[in-house]
Amino acid sequence: MLKTRIIPTVLFKNGIVVKTKKFSEHRNIGSCINTVRVYNAREVDELIFIDTDATKEMRGLPIAIVREVLDECFMPLTVGGGVKTTEDINALLKIGADKVSINSEAVKRPDFISEAAKVFGSQSIVISIDAKRNGGSYEVFTESATKPSGMDPVFWAKKCEKLGAGEILINSIDHDGMMDGFDIELIKQVSDAVNIPVIACGGAGNLDDFTKAIKEGHASAVSASSIFLFTQTTPENVKMHMAKSGINVRI
Amino acid sequence: MITVVDYGMGNIRSVLKAFSAVGADAVSSRNPEHILEADAIILPGVGAFGDGMANLRKYGLLEPLTTSIIKNKTPFLGICLGMQLIARDSNELGSFEGLGWIDAKVRRFKFEGAHSNLKIPHIGWNEARMSNDCPLFEGMGDSANVYFVHSFHMITEDKSLEKAITEYGYDFTSAIQTENLFATQFHPEKSQKAGLAILRNFLKIVRM
Repeated sequence: MLKTRIIPTVLFKNGIVVKTKKFSEHRNIGSCINTVRVYNAREVDELIFIDTDATKEMRGLPIAIVREVLDECFMPLTVGGGVKTTEDINALLKIGADKVSINSEAVKRPDFISEAAKVFGSQSIVISIDAKRNGGSYEVFTESATKPSGMDPVFWAKKCEKLGAGEILINSIDHDGMMDGFDIELIKQVSDAVNIPVIACGGAGNLDDFTKAIKEGHASAVSASSIFLFTQTTPENVKMHMAKSGINVRI
Repeated sequence: MITVVDYGMGNIRSVLKAFSAVGADAVSSRNPEHILEADAIILPGVGAFGDGMANLRKYGLLEPLTTSIIKNKTPFLGICLGMQLIARDSNELGSFEGLGWIDAKVRRFKFEGAHSNLKIPHIGWNEARMSNDCPLFEGMGDSANVYFVHSFHMITEDKSLEKAITEYGYDFTSAIQTENLFATQFHPEKSQKAGLAILRNFLKIVRM
């Protein structure tokens, strides 16, 4: 039986791990390499590695830095930040990424998703969606949550699936870095709408939050950052807790 | 020399790194000589079946691969798409002939009834129930958690080929072997300890 994945996310800028709250207030945490080494030693299920401001700062991913970090990794890896062309994707797959995450460029140019899926296969293409609550509904934002798209995340996720995305990473802007629990409603709406795996992200603050994202939010996998950086909780603790509530995990 | 075939289909670097982690020198190449003279050949790959075959053809690799692996019996390990390509055919985005080294076809996951809401691709860690008689899985017990990323899988009538089975909605063939041909649908190079154990076993086979 397929195991539910617990995926640490490492956000970085200039080779330094950063942590945000609601996509702003960057805090420097430490070197990428050291952080990744710890996760590697812990044999985590997967790792997501994202350059937070590549698009906003109108630059590509710093390939040399990313390559150095990926060389430390033996776990499956998703890499993202400022990915705009099939050449960008090729460069990342070549240095050891298994999947590439695309966000702003996909919203700007949806055909990029089908173009990428055709060349690299759907399983390599993760579409990252940042959504914010807006009254009773949600809206997709791009460029580090600075630019509203006018789109509903469910509509956008379904479109991404149709265009050939292999996976959706749904992130709540309101809960980013707040450690106050996932936006279960958002996760559930998106997970129930598509037939591709959905990774829930944004807000994990305690062990029960992870279980809820799976049981109530119907996510296929859960990602988190702050809880692993700022508390004693490890991905393994999370999995032990999930196992107790009957969720199949790899321990 | 272990040659990892570089035919423009994906994660070569991870494969090279994993071999280096188990103490073997592997080189990536699309030079026919490196395929004919190799002690072992790895065909990795992610992406679509049709593109994979087209690239093997484009780089003139069909003949050297067949000579080395089928005629000279060089040990072979196919990974993910590299497993699928040795089948007769696939219907991924059309209808494509494969290398046809084994009697098998490649089809998309198809779920019915209680499983109809299972997500595709099949991404993540799942159990491979392994045959103890396959030297690739020697000393590993009956099963191991390994990493998968795929939407299509191999179907074979010849059950003697089947060396590992994995359940996702139903049981599918996750590894095969016949003589010098070994192949896994999962990624040993991404499967941490279990994956490295498999690569170590493959090295033992190569050095025999």
